[in-house]
Amino acid sequence: MTAASKQHASTKESNYLTAGYGVRSWLLTVDHKRIALLYLISLTTFFSVGGLFAVLIRLELLTPQGDLFQSETYNKLFTMHGIFMVFFFLVPSIPAVLGNFFLPLMIGARDVAFPKLNLLSWYVYAAGGLVTLFAMFAGGVDTGWTFYAPYSSTYANSHVILAALGIFITGFSSILTGVNFIATTHRMRAPGLTWMRLPLFVWANYATSLIMVLGTPVIAVTILLVAIERLLHVGIFDPALGGDPILFQHLFWFYSHPAVYIMILPGMGVMSEIVACFTRKRIFGYKIVAMSSLAIAILGFLVWGHHMFVSGQSMYAGFVFSLLSMLVAVPSAIKVFNWTATMYRGSITFATPMLYALGFIGLFTIGGLTGIFLAAMALDIHVHDTYFVVAHFHYVMVGGMVMAYLGGLHFYWPKMFGRMYHEGLAKVAAVMIFIGFNLTFFPQFLLGYLGMPRRYHVYDEDFQVLNVLSTAGASVLGLGFALPICYLIFSLKFGKKVGDNPWDAAGLEWTISSPPYEHNFHEIPEVTEEAYDYGKREAARV
Amino acid sequence: MSDATHTGPLAHHFETLEQQNETSAIGMWAFLVQEVMFFGGMFACYIVYRHMYPTAFLEGSAHLDPLLGGINTAVLLGSSLTMALAVRAAQLGKRGQTALLIGATVVLGLVFFGVKYFEYAEKWHHGLVPGLHWAPTGNPDPHLHIFFALYFIMTGMHALHMVIGFVLMAFVGVRALRGRYSPENYIGVEVLGLYWHFVDLVWIFLFPLLYLLSAHLGGGAH
Repeated sequence: MTAASKQHASTKESNYLTAGYGVRSWLLTVDHKRIALLYLISLTTFFSVGGLFAVLIRLELLTPQGDLFQSETYNKLFTMHGIFMVFFFLVPSIPAVLGNFFLPLMIGARDVAFPKLNLLSWYVYAAGGLVTLFAMFAGGVDTGWTFYAPYSSTYANSHVILAALGIFITGFSSILTGVNFIATTHRMRAPGLTWMRLPLFVWANYATSLIMVLGTPVIAVTILLVAIERLLHVGIFDPALGGDPILFQHLFWFYSHPAVYIMILPGMGVMSEIVACFTRKRIFGYKIVAMSSLAIAILGFLVWGHHMFVSGQSMYAGFVFSLLSMLVAVPSAIKVFNWTATMYRGSITFATPMLYALGFIGLFTIGGLTGIFLAAMALDIHVHDTYFVVAHFHYVMVGGMVMAYLGGLHFYWPKMFGRMYHEGLAKVAAVMIFIGFNLTFFPQFLLGYLGMPRRYHVYDEDFQVLNVLSTAGASVLGLGFALPICYLIFSLKFGKKVGDNPWDAAGLEWTISSPPYEHNFHEIPEVTEEAYDYGKREAARV
Repeated sequence: MSDATHTGPLAHHFETLEQQNETSAIGMWAFLVQEVMFFGGMFACYIVYRHMYPTAFLEGSAHLDPLLGGINTAVLLGSSLTMALAVRAAQLGKRGQTALLIGATVVLGLVFFGVKYFEYAEKWHHGLVPGLHWAPTGNPDPHLHIFFALYFIMTGMHALHMVIGFVLMAFVGVRALRGRYSPENYIGVEVLGLYWHFVDLVWIFLFPLLYLLSAHLGGGAH
């Protein structure tokens, strides 16, 4: 980090935001930082669309009768909610925004390995999103985000092919990002930045990229086969034509379960950065936290059958998948324990990013532990396809990934834009999201355990109290999500200007200016220390 | 200060040509891993259905001509050879030869397509195209259409990858003619070669799995 002093020599130099003006300079940019912002805008849009569907779902579920929508419409609502949230928000979220922006900065590179491919991946993503939006306006899809055949391939009377096409296209964006990150991590690291000195965010994104490259093509080919069967009525998955619907489920979950780890690993990476910074300590057991990311990526490919305990797959397959599913909980638990151990005797500051991080630890733990319930076959048969499952994966996806995404966004915001948001409002929003989230989804555990099935808009009157609580929570949660959108945008213009390292954080990304220069580093830095060198920083401060 | 604007073949975000070359190669390898998984999904379907309907697969395979498939295998292997020679020529800095060999690769690929067209047309003629023209004569196995669905999907996907290869070869070939490659910087030709060899390799699996079943298993039954 010898170059740090030189970096300040020319403070008047333009940064990546002022390096070019006009629509063209943005739409044709190959700067990873600008591409990250393009992603940020489009992801926020799709998150809002997905959120809108959630609002409608929760409104309908206020009462046991179906008063707002027909069953068919309701089917479309939860399908579109799932499709937008999974494929267009959660899968790309942290890698595409924070990964694109910070992976090169953290490893001391001027850009990702293939900048043009990076821009292409955004266009592909946007094209897929537009096709899916078009499918939505044309009338929507009602298969559930899982597209189970033969319903999707033969019987569904909605725009399955269009929506599938949108997801197929977007898949390429995942693959390109994955390829890019793998090549970047392997070959673009600054001198001295060995693998065991990498920030854990880099490790997490690297592991995520492996899953993207190994898993996404399988869902692509599966979706393609569904579309072919639907279009040409050739037998692939439809048993009436000699096909095997269980094969569809195997192929689908072979991607879609690892995709769950695409949707959580990058969040875990952000967690390590935040926890280290706001406890002023090196992450406890750095190596094992790094390796647990890889372990999750590998084990994650061996557990898909736990989605199929009641599908009629072999009982022995069920045993093995059950056992492996419990095994994959081990590396996740290691991370949670190690963050906790990092906080032990650390000097903790409760800045907004840390509030999200603490929220993550609690909520992800609940999400993870209920995952073990679901991995146990006997219990799974009781709660299968109930709100228990819905609550479980929302605790992981929202309680985990969205919390980490927001935490990361708040942590890195001053670096990205050189300005600070309103800390008081940010804290209020973080607390609102935490309370709103729990109020929304904890009742759903109870509902599911009592037997309320998912994907129905009419339910037994006994379930109403818990559903009203859930909808009330969703309102708080919705407001909580709206707040950051407002004050973060506000801060772009009116936020207090900050220096290069407002959190006094370790890492190469904090040694350069805020906002960073167009090509990040004038001189590629040389790394001589391990990551999270907070001990020395604290010693120097005294 | 070696700042962000290099000239020549070195892109702004790399420090050395060596780094740039290694990065391109590893990117292509990662992409090929993705391709393996893409075709892997189809091969998984093949395994499951061959296990479910062995007789349909045997009968379907008997409809395919191992001779034509064999010729195409030889043609594709030949195209891999010309591709490998093109990489060699690029290494030696022979720009005309590089472009010529890439052109030869395209020609061999087109020969493959010619044979493939002949085969597809014949299947159409015999009503062996599920979904579009399905009218097999005689007393066909009730699941024969599954074999042919997989046949067309798998060979079709393979053909699509060849078409993408043609586009890439046109691009790289023109660049080679313009002298954009040199003995220090020929990575563009090399990663194209990697891609083409992969496409070739897929066919090496497709050929026996589709064409040789009846020659192998059917022959044993007599």
